[in-house]
Amino acid sequence: MTPEAVKFIAIALTIALGAFGPALAIGQIASKAVEALGRNPEAESSIRTAMILGLAFAEAVAIYALVVALILKFT
Amino acid sequence: MSQLESKTGFPEISIKAEPVFYIGSFKVTNSLVLSALVFVFFIFIALRYSKEIVSTQKTAFFYVFNTLLKGLYGLFESIMGHNITFFFPILSAFFVYILFQNLFGLLPGVGSILIAVTEGAHTLRVPLFRGNNADINATLALALISVVLMQVYGIKFLGFKDHIQKYVNLSNPINFFLGFLEILSEISRVLSFAFRLFGNIFAGEVLMTIVAFLVPVLASFPFLILEIFVGLVQALVFSLLTSVFMSLAVAKHH
Repeated sequence: MTPEAVKFIAIALTIALGAFGPALAIGQIASKAVEALGRNPEAESSIRTAMILGLAFAEAVAIYALVVALILKFT
Repeated sequence: MSQLESKTGFPEISIKAEPVFYIGSFKVTNSLVLSALVFVFFIFIALRYSKEIVSTQKTAFFYVFNTLLKGLYGLFESIMGHNITFFFPILSAFFVYILFQNLFGLLPGVGSILIAVTEGAHTLRVPLFRGNNADINATLALALISVVLMQVYGIKFLGFKDHIQKYVNLSNPINFFLGFLEILSEISRVLSFAFRLFGNIFAGEVLMTIVAFLVPVLASFPFLILEIFVGLVQALVFSLLTSVFMSLAVAKHH
């Protein structure tokens, strides 16, 4: 393999593996939030706030992987 | 550098903002140019709003903007409690400023209007405008403002001694170690604020450029709607996280 090919594989693996965990986490958070909403529809606003915060923290991990991948790709 | 069309036709993307012109030795980058425009727009809206709030004849502009602010007020009130009157101006300023920056970055012409910049011997074509939050320096500045303000308000509400006890606590070894972790978490907060906003907005810009390159007609339209939504969500997330951390910083701990 040429060094160029290794670089491309590294970029692809960075974002692929980096998106894997957050994807599971976001699915779990959203499913639990909908479950809680079904049990207690009056608590919608506080559930929404907590859900968005949880999503933001889970998504941040994917964004770190994305930033690393973009830096590898474009510098 | 940013020759938008390289030899293969693939659009070239620069991860950092590029200088458009110089004032003395100060580089005026393309993200700064757009940011200045948004700043003027922001001041204009603020002045108009504050003028109409006391006049008896109110226009539709006032009511639209007022509804937005009212929604924000309810949201932040559920987090901050009775401190909301003190914290609402800074939190809503974060929200509206980041929202405007994100939405202005999506306007047609941003990133596609090129100007020639002479640098040494060769001439480069760089975009005149660039979304401000697609520049790591801008988001880092916002993150630093937010985290430093948390410290300032912590000292203001709890007093210097109580506030510093969160970080340096000599009462027993476990508390000493926990204080060390608190310092680390403050530093990681700056990084995660900056990279979350930068990553989302820059990734959106890259996505739109690449989709427009692959399918020139109509295909980027759904992505544009997605980017408007992402811009809104990121502004909301930034101000929500700031409000949660600030309410933690001013709360009395036991």
